[in-house]
Amino acid sequence: MPDFTRLHAHEMSRLLRAGEISSRALTEAHLAAAERQNGALNAWLTIYRADAIAQAGAADARIAEARRAGPAALAALHPLCGVPVALKDLVSVKGGQATAGSKILRGYIAPFDSTVTARLREAGAVILGKTNMDEFAMGSSTEHSAYGPTANPWDLTRVPGGSSGGSAAAVASYHTPLAIGTDTGGSIRQPASMCGIVGLKPTYGRVSRFGIVAFASSLDQIGPLARDARDAALLLHAVAGRDERDATSAPIPVPVELLSLPESDDEAASYLKGLRIALPREYFVEGMEPGVAARIREAVAAMEAAGATVDEVSLPHTDYGLASYYIIAPAEASSNLARYDGVRYGFSDRSSGEFIADYLRTRGGGFGPEVKRRIMLGTYALSAGYYDAYYLKAQKVRTLIKADFDAVWAAGFDAICAPTSPTVAFPLGARTEDPVAMYLSDACTLPINMAGLPGAAIPAGLSEGLPVGLQIVGAPWSELSMLRLARAYEGITARAPWRALEPAELHLTDDPTTPSPVGRRQRTASASAEGSGVQA
Amino acid sequence: MTAAEPAASRYEAVIGIEIHCQLKTVSKMFCGCSTEIDGAAPNSHCCPVCLGLPGVLPTINKKAVEFVIATGFAIEAKVATTTRWDRKNYFYPDLPKGYQISQYQLPLAAEGRLTFDTSDGPFTVCVRRAHLEEDTGRLIHAELDGRRVSLIDFNRSGMPLMEIVTEPDIRTAEQARRYAEELRLLMQTIGASDAEMENGQMRVEANVSIRPRGQEAFGTRVEVKNMNSMRAVERAIAFEIERQTVAVDAGEKIHMETRGWDEARQSTYHMRPKEEENDYRYFPEPDLPPLLTSPEWLAEIKARLPELPSARRRRYRDEQGLSAYDADVLVNDATAAALFEGAVAADPAVPPKLLANWVTGEYMRLAKGGEGSGAAAVDPAELAALVELVVDGSISGTNAKEVFAEHFATGRGVSSIVKARGFEQISDAGALGTAIDTVLAANPAAVADYRAGKAEVLGFLVGQVMKATRGQANAGMVQNALRERLDKAE
Repeated sequence: MPDFTRLHAHEMSRLLRAGEISSRALTEAHLAAAERQNGALNAWLTIYRADAIAQAGAADARIAEARRAGPAALAALHPLCGVPVALKDLVSVKGGQATAGSKILRGYIAPFDSTVTARLREAGAVILGKTNMDEFAMGSSTEHSAYGPTANPWDLTRVPGGSSGGSAAAVASYHTPLAIGTDTGGSIRQPASMCGIVGLKPTYGRVSRFGIVAFASSLDQIGPLARDARDAALLLHAVAGRDERDATSAPIPVPVELLSLPESDDEAASYLKGLRIALPREYFVEGMEPGVAARIREAVAAMEAAGATVDEVSLPHTDYGLASYYIIAPAEASSNLARYDGVRYGFSDRSSGEFIADYLRTRGGGFGPEVKRRIMLGTYALSAGYYDAYYLKAQKVRTLIKADFDAVWAAGFDAICAPTSPTVAFPLGARTEDPVAMYLSDACTLPINMAGLPGAAIPAGLSEGLPVGLQIVGAPWSELSMLRLARAYEGITARAPWRALEPAELHLTDDPTTPSPVGRRQRTASASAEGSGVQA
Repeated sequence: MTAAEPAASRYEAVIGIEIHCQLKTVSKMFCGCSTEIDGAAPNSHCCPVCLGLPGVLPTINKKAVEFVIATGFAIEAKVATTTRWDRKNYFYPDLPKGYQISQYQLPLAAEGRLTFDTSDGPFTVCVRRAHLEEDTGRLIHAELDGRRVSLIDFNRSGMPLMEIVTEPDIRTAEQARRYAEELRLLMQTIGASDAEMENGQMRVEANVSIRPRGQEAFGTRVEVKNMNSMRAVERAIAFEIERQTVAVDAGEKIHMETRGWDEARQSTYHMRPKEEENDYRYFPEPDLPPLLTSPEWLAEIKARLPELPSARRRRYRDEQGLSAYDADVLVNDATAAALFEGAVAADPAVPPKLLANWVTGEYMRLAKGGEGSGAAAVDPAELAALVELVVDGSISGTNAKEVFAEHFATGRGVSSIVKARGFEQISDAGALGTAIDTVLAANPAAVADYRAGKAEVLGFLVGQVMKATRGQANAGMVQNALRERLDKAE
């Protein structure tokens, strides 16, 4: 039997429709992989084995029915019908937990589906389970999970990035072809980059936030993690679009072309001809690893060689991004997280028998240190007398950051290319005691959230044996163009040696203390194999 | 100024009123839950949104917005072209999200005013703002299995509320009551709220302070709550003014506090101190985009406004000749006003003033009796027909009242009641002639007096004819016929 877990979602889709495989078999294979390795990776918080198999059975029935009804019925099925998907554990699934990685939501069972969940069900996707994350999506390493850190499948001693680290690790480890993540300051792109996969944060308003546990409402977006651009496009298509239940979701049509990104590498590569790419000098920040900078410059050079025009640009307010982000995001979070008081659901410490004291004990014991830090930051920033100096000022900076990007689009550029993270995956524990070092991990991603723009991370080779992600930023609602660009880059690097490299720990089963020899060999891959290695 | 002078001449009260009205929408402010929560089982009218479960988002109830805009127009306020939602953050078990979605910086309506009559003449209160927000759940303190517990009913959570805040323009308890009454009438007229204080649809809070007359600076204000009727509003404020006056006269300091009105003791009591303003950490609600009110939408809402109480009073007075008192009585009673308007429309020939007399007199007297569903049976066209019969002399005023009472009780048609009761006046010349002949023959002295120039005797003779016909003769016809007979025979 072939290893179904190595298939891309678009391949699964084709084989399912052709009747060559069943969703049931696909699902079983992925569940088995997830269950086999989760002890080592801790990527999953819940695996819905029985539900997933039932959903797979239903998808098989839908596909069989469509096959009987004819080509039109088959074409009407969403490509994701029967394809497995994982959800970050802040996506509400009716009857399932949604811990958001926090102790304070332990035991909470969502009584409703998020819009994303509902749309995936409608498409016929099979929900395998829920993935680990930094508590309330606050973090860049998945170490701030109340349920333990997730390991990076390329090196179990390193972080997978975060906050959607569980989703990224699960996709990179072939536990699922697709996963949903959320991105408030880089939480899809940074882990995608560190795990060597594709992650897309859509334009703010593209995907409904209804039923997604909120971190910072004006910055949160939901998006796909996948192993290639075509798969990311399929998942985006399934979940995007206006939702009456989210007043901030935009009534902008979702392009159907997302379902038909070019299959041929050459056809895909031709998209680069005449494309104008901007390279912002401020994004090659101090402290950036030379290997990361090198991979990004090589990737851009490869695009140039394939017909794109690349110009350096300036985004002058980039430096203020981090400071203003750490006012706005915590401010909104301090309010969004006020509802977790132990009165109605989740963790509740009622040991004092006194109402105010129980509040304090519940929140004091239910939230982790990073969440508490941000609640305090945000509460302070919103307090009377400080509001104008902090929150209002930060909002003004946000407008300036957005204006920086507007100028780039006005100058006729099609996309911005930049690093995703200044470093490759760092060792577990390296930054947990230094919050600012952790925050700096998102320096290149969070301005994109501040501006509400779509941003993607795509694999661009390795540095020191670990993946480097190229970030692509587009104008509002340009996800299709960005994914075409991502697909084009896949096309021109299809035969690059690093494309053949895989996470080192894939053959590991439940014992994190003995890394597999295969892993060691691959981690010490030669420097020549790490580079962009474009074919001529 | 001496202590011997009456307090009212030494101190001036400064009063501002905050009113919360539950809006009459079908669904709640930010979700689809029904607003029919009266008498419903606890927590039977809630959903993930109004329970503030993780991940939920609010969606705006357009009707609620329209009610506040309509109120804005009705109080001549500036209606916002761009309005925004803000979060008011505080912790309380009845507030499931830990914040209330309200409006802080850009209320839907601002700088309005409301004019009404008081015993001292017309008075105008400036309204600072009117905005939209969501209600909280309700805490119920109870004893369960011997333990004192607090239960929470979230049915009320997310109900749409309009908050209307005045400037500190009010100076007397009566003005405060009248303001609240006029606002209630306005809410009912535009259909924004039933505004019944007894069941919390309208909640009135007053900020009361006193200052020596002539002083500009405000005194320390005290917030008064729990006033469950208009009478309570007036009494509580009057009590509070008196309490503060006595305290200040005694050299005591007034403390910032919230006081409740105790209906049984007819006094206010200390609820909680209000030493410093709470820091609600307001900030713009990121889950709701700013709301732009297009000129077309605003014009549409304005055009849909019904006639407002002040305009209606003016029309009744100036165009229909009603007294100020009758106009006010009608405007304050929607059913009576509808009956009046219906009767005027049914027969424009009948003077509106007469119709108003019937409505404010007979109708309201019977309606107040509250017997059965009598008031509902009154048909405006029948009332107009009845008054017409009185005007043209077909029926006497006394009999008409009996007819109306029967119509009120049974809904039976006026003409059929008149016929059945034999109340039709004798307007037949022949029948009248016989009666007149009899009366003239029986009163030769009176006839002689009339002919001798004592014209006032005619009234006596008319009375005699009316008596002979047991009131059914048409008095006008009798008078004319008598005069004709007496003058001709001369």
